[in-house]
Amino acid sequence: MIGRRGWVSLGSVAAFLLLWFVLTSATGAISPGRFPSPADFWVSLKQIATRGYAGAPLLSHALQSLKLVIMGFAIAVATGVPLGLLMGWNRRAEAAINPIFLIIRPIPPLAWIPLAILWLGLGDAAKIMVIWFAAFVPSVINSYAGVRAIDRPIIEAARMLGTPRWRLVSEVIAPAASPMIFTGLRLSLQASWTTLVAAELVGALAGIGFVLNVAQQDIYPGMILVGMAAVGVLGWATTWLLGRAERRALAWNVAGRD
Amino acid sequence: MRDLALPLNERLLLGALGLAGFIGLWTLLSAAGFVPRQFLPTPLDVLSRILSLLQSPFAGATLQQHLASSFQRYAYGVLLAAAIGVPLGLMMGWFRLLDDIVTPLFDALRFIAPIAWVPFAALWFGTGVGGPILIIFAGAFPPCLINAYRGARFVEPRLIEAARMLGTGNLRMILEILLPAATPSIVAGLRVSAGLGWQSLVGAELIVAAAGVGFMMVQAQANVATPTVMAGMAAIGVVGMLIDIALRQGEAWLRRRRGLDA
Repeated sequence: MIGRRGWVSLGSVAAFLLLWFVLTSATGAISPGRFPSPADFWVSLKQIATRGYAGAPLLSHALQSLKLVIMGFAIAVATGVPLGLLMGWNRRAEAAINPIFLIIRPIPPLAWIPLAILWLGLGDAAKIMVIWFAAFVPSVINSYAGVRAIDRPIIEAARMLGTPRWRLVSEVIAPAASPMIFTGLRLSLQASWTTLVAAELVGALAGIGFVLNVAQQDIYPGMILVGMAAVGVLGWATTWLLGRAERRALAWNVAGRD
Repeated sequence: MRDLALPLNERLLLGALGLAGFIGLWTLLSAAGFVPRQFLPTPLDVLSRILSLLQSPFAGATLQQHLASSFQRYAYGVLLAAAIGVPLGLMMGWFRLLDDIVTPLFDALRFIAPIAWVPFAALWFGTGVGGPILIIFAGAFPPCLINAYRGARFVEPRLIEAARMLGTGNLRMILEILLPAATPSIVAGLRVSAGLGWQSLVGAELIVAAAGVGFMMVQAQANVATPTVMAGMAAIGVVGMLIDIALRQGEAWLRRRRGLDA
């Protein structure tokens, strides 16, 4: 059953699509040189999906972008989460590392793009480096905050039972901090996509951002919209996957269940 | 958690050691030639480059002129986002129908990274002021809307009932009940917006701009002028931090005034 809310939502989207059609194709109130009509969008989508655009079909551009995001994100998580846990657990590590963070953190990840290109060129390595920077900070901060928020009695109980240190970290601290860690991962993932698109727009040879860049230079509104839609769909799909992983990992946690 | 708070002097010492290690490693890598100095200048090189950029222009303007034009766009973009996002969020919190209409559209657009608006921004508004403003707006808008909406939705129901009983109209309900009650949430949203807007500004200027710090950095990158690129990063970081500090102060002031942090 679709409730009243569902019908209104459906109507809203339908009205929006109708408005799009009316403003572009039907009346020409918005010229095709400024914003594509639904038909233009469809033609562009068909062109890039079958014959390709900017050197490759849509699927290989999408896979290229997806590959870079996953690699950068994975490296960031693999380095950021342990560092955050360490900083949350060990006061000395925190005192030594925090000032470095205070200096680096205010620099937006996108500001690393020119430096990454200088260092590593226009290939994959520069993008992975920038994504790593973007995704690293939220991973660290949220893991750190997650450890800090653990109830002390849980740790004291584990200690009292003589839990060895490494089991304390892997079986008590990391699970207890995991809801916060996942919050950090979601922010990291979002930052990864933003940064990747920006990096590909600045300089790349393939990928969705590159499609956007070429479409901009060709003044090809239909293809610009296809590129934006692709960014949105990929961002949504990866966020959805992460949400699934989170629900699975946090099945024990009531708050994580809804 | 382990509750042995470190004594202040040990904390400071460790912090200083951490920083010294970081800067020492950086200096060593570049000064000892492990990394060509052209690609990794020493911290001192960057510092002296910042000082010289304050006087001699690069890419058409001095550092403070670039910063001024960046900041102008930034202020326009964030103010526009707040001026549209906050009222719309409050209204969505009050009128259910509007909520049901806007939410699906907003959710569909939310996953498009703000920076993906760059081609349309350039096409519609050019690379002067308008194009970057659209991108900053795209970055700063969602937190404004979401926080105003949440703030309005979670107002104490008794307040609304009392106001209703006294026959308060829609406009006064929004302005005099929802807005004050949602203010802490709105201010928190503005802080997030300010940060995301600054981030989007940098991206916008790297791609579509003819002035500004981001533009300066791209020009420097094309000329393999690494110290200038790093000087730009430092300037962006410092200004971003100052904006955040200013907003934090504003938030604290507001909380004190409302007696929340007595």
